[in-house]
Amino acid sequence: MTKQFLFDGQPVEFEDGQTILEAARAAGHYIPHLCWHPDFPPHGSCKLCIVKAGGRHVSSCALPAREGMEVESNTPEMNAERRALLQMLFVEGNHFCPSCEKSGNCQLQALAYELEMATARFNHFFPDRPVDASHPDVLLDFNRCIFCELCVRASRDVDGKSVFALTDRGIHKHLVVNAESGRLGDTDFSVDDRAANICPVGVILRKRVGFALPIGSRKYDGAAISVVAMKEGE
Amino acid sequence: MDFELETAQNRERLRRVVIDPVSRVEGHGKVTLLLDDHDRVREARLHIVEFRGFEVFIEGRPYWEVPVMVQRLCGICPVSHHLAASKALDRVVGARPVPPAAEKLRRLMHYGQILQSHALHFYHLSSPDLLFGFDSEAGRRNIVGVAAEHPEIARQGVLLRKFGQEVIRATAGKRIHGTGAVPGGANRHLAVEDRDRLAQDAPQMVEWSRAAVGMIKRLHRADPGLYDTFGTFRAGMLSLVRADGALELYDGVLRGRDADGRVLFDGVSDQDYRSLICEQVKSWSYMKFPFLRAFGPEQGWYKVGPLARVQNCDFIPSPLAEAERQEFVAHGGGAPIHAPLAYHWARMIEMLHAAEVISALLGDPDLLAGPLTAEGAHAREGVGIIEAPRGTLIHHYRVDDDDLVSMCNLIVSTTHNNQAMNTAIRAVASQYFDGRALTEGLLNRIEVAIRAFDPCLSCATHALGQMPMVLELAKADGTIVDRVTRG
Repeated sequence: MTKQFLFDGQPVEFEDGQTILEAARAAGHYIPHLCWHPDFPPHGSCKLCIVKAGGRHVSSCALPAREGMEVESNTPEMNAERRALLQMLFVEGNHFCPSCEKSGNCQLQALAYELEMATARFNHFFPDRPVDASHPDVLLDFNRCIFCELCVRASRDVDGKSVFALTDRGIHKHLVVNAESGRLGDTDFSVDDRAANICPVGVILRKRVGFALPIGSRKYDGAAISVVAMKEGE
Repeated sequence: MDFELETAQNRERLRRVVIDPVSRVEGHGKVTLLLDDHDRVREARLHIVEFRGFEVFIEGRPYWEVPVMVQRLCGICPVSHHLAASKALDRVVGARPVPPAAEKLRRLMHYGQILQSHALHFYHLSSPDLLFGFDSEAGRRNIVGVAAEHPEIARQGVLLRKFGQEVIRATAGKRIHGTGAVPGGANRHLAVEDRDRLAQDAPQMVEWSRAAVGMIKRLHRADPGLYDTFGTFRAGMLSLVRADGALELYDGVLRGRDADGRVLFDGVSDQDYRSLICEQVKSWSYMKFPFLRAFGPEQGWYKVGPLARVQNCDFIPSPLAEAERQEFVAHGGGAPIHAPLAYHWARMIEMLHAAEVISALLGDPDLLAGPLTAEGAHAREGVGIIEAPRGTLIHHYRVDDDDLVSMCNLIVSTTHNNQAMNTAIRAVASQYFDGRALTEGLLNRIEVAIRAFDPCLSCATHALGQMPMVLELAKADGTIVDRVTRG
């Protein structure tokens, strides 16, 4: 007999070892996320996938599903928490969607729409984060980094290069490039690396592309991220 | 007149009158007047009180982002900034020329911009003054008042603007702040359904634009004593023209004339604008004062925009607008027309030209297919000049070895007209203010003179309609002796 738990009141089947997020997705239920990616182990850093299980707030990407568990996800309470997390991510960096070439393809922006984030709520930090354009084919715009570490993981675990890392702690945490100069141009990073094509926001960008694809025909322009993510398996 | 009222002597002994903010213009500015004991104007200045800083925060950004970022300068003419930046960056990516489809899509977008902006300015911002009179009740002097009294005129104004914005949407993706142009070309073709829908409405737009020229012509001729003299001053003119001397708003060479209409220079490449133009900074305004290098700041200032363009060109390459241009030139009797209120007449001739160009372009199959971008040997510098609705717009960028912008210089249309607008308000102040008690109508005359130039004071925010305004006349010791309020 298959095992089940209740997801927003509906029974969801799961197999041993599946996380709440994996099982929910397999059953057609979207849970917002930023640092989770189907090709990588759970990371649990962005906390967007937070759900209430057994009265506790937990990261659904990391917690294995259990028989009879009652999970609340798409509720005003959980969505308010997710919205607050998004608002903190927005004020912590410099996110100027109107002139960002990732607009329409950006998961942070798409989630802000999905979760109806209408204001920044908190004071902007306006950090000073110069861009790194030293690589011939790739631009790094650190202003938009949300510390999901997908590039760190992809470069280390798939590309075998370990080009990226996070350094410092707490509010001083930031993305760095593994080179003596600290510049991407001084690494063996390639535009074809997995790490070059995994950033959910607008940090790692292929140079000289910009707005070649019109706004209006981009990934999240026509449908909400909750629809696109389920359809495309991301 | 040009400079004699710029800075008064013994300023501390004069009474200060402030118009703040100037209403029914784009952006925020104020006017200060200093009056002596006999109510004679001793100083008149138009101050631009907003600071934008785009030139600085463009630096360090990747060049391909610039056409989209820089258009946020303005909500009225973002297309002009979008295209001027794209043209400058065409040089950087070596796209000379861009493919025919891209050139025509951009041209269509630009003439849509000219049409909607000119309609906005004439119907929404200026027609209340012209139809009701400068002394009419302030509460009626707005587009709602026009709609109540002249519903058909207001309707045509709104629909002309809407059509222009639809042209922009079809070519840029959005009515405001679209992304149609990219360095080296464009990112979309015109959809057939958009083409057909616009083509269906285009003849009506041409007809309504003709009617608009007819209306301003009638107003002008009905009161030449006002229209030909109000705030009039003499100045040279600068604009792009086509190589053969035709009116050209998207791409051309620089031509300048003196106040008598003599050609000072012609055929100057947009890349060489710095050989012609310098900018001066004055302590009392955030807007710079450009001038022709060869003539210095006192003699070398000039005006730009419709009045300059329509008289700087040799002909307009569309039949209806050309006929109107000839009539306009005949009104001057062989000499250039310098009256600020003639800007409205020239602007409507350009609106008619824009409607004709759009109408003709919509039949061009290049808009629907063909390569959209080109690329050649990259360069590190580029200048893009376009005739924006308000006048000559210059974008100049340098790009470093890593593709980041290392220098940005923007000279926007309204900046070219800075000295001209200051001179116009000094002329009006001298004509109407000296020795008279302040009235709201008097106050509005200063704004009418400024509005004629259609300035975009911050090139960002649109301050429309009933802006609250307080006019105070104070003695040197600060005692208020007269006060007029509005809004």
